[in-house]
Amino acid sequence: MLRNLLAAAAGGLFGLGLMVSGMTDTTRVQGWLDVFGDWDPTLAFVMGGAILPMLIAWQVAERRQRSLIGTPIPARAEPRIGRNLVIGSVLFGAGWGLSGLCPGPAMAALSYNGAGGFVFIAAMAAGMLVAVPVKARLAAAA
Amino acid sequence: MLQPEWIMGLVGGLIIGAAGALYLLGNGRIMGASGILGGLVDGSGMASASERLAFLAGLVALPAVAALIWGAPDTHLTGDWIVLIAAGLLVGIGTRLANGCTSGHGVCGISRFSMRGIVATVFYILAGGLSVMLFKHVLGVI
Repeated sequence: MLRNLLAAAAGGLFGLGLMVSGMTDTTRVQGWLDVFGDWDPTLAFVMGGAILPMLIAWQVAERRQRSLIGTPIPARAEPRIGRNLVIGSVLFGAGWGLSGLCPGPAMAALSYNGAGGFVFIAAMAAGMLVAVPVKARLAAAA
Repeated sequence: MLQPEWIMGLVGGLIIGAAGALYLLGNGRIMGASGILGGLVDGSGMASASERLAFLAGLVALPAVAALIWGAPDTHLTGDWIVLIAAGLLVGIGTRLANGCTSGHGVCGISRFSMRGIVATVFYILAGGLSVMLFKHVLGVI
């Protein structure tokens, strides 16, 4: 119960932060990526602001080893920079620039993004399903 | 010199970081939007389905309530469904291949000085910049 309450609170705060920061406005995100046009630095402030509390949280987490509900702090991923990381990030970035949406803001703005917001999420979910065989094929080819 | 949007970006960013800190220290989880959703979509995260659903419920619901109270911010989302579907597919495949998006690799990864998070962020920002340049300035479709 506490686990779900904390998760809902974290999700809610995340959504509120995305909304307040202006990151559900696709022109603001695309403006940040638009270095050849009218560049908008807002996203850098958002990233900087978000990283600050997380820097402290990681310090605390690695000292305490366990979360409030007793689960272990996730281990550091292997530092391997694989092909999937690069290919995936490039594909993701292309879609991010094209629409101005990434997964968090797409969900935070679901209630006020109109039909287009649902279309994006449905396509994103389909893409997530497609990623499963793509990943398997890339692994087989490696 | 400091624009009000930048200050809102910083404030919103701090809220996003607080959400990530809560999810990490409370639940021992990394706040990555694509991973939380993707694990439900492809079934790989069913063991923690209720926690994921609670997070997503908060993520959608709190901005919805805030939009009811203060009015919904403008999202300037494109009405072009082809763009939305293409972008959604790219974001879905890409984030699952790379195992993370702006929140997981960006906010949570960079703050842990994770090499994977930093590399992913560099690549999706570069691809995002190229995507905006191509689709906005060259092709003129966005």
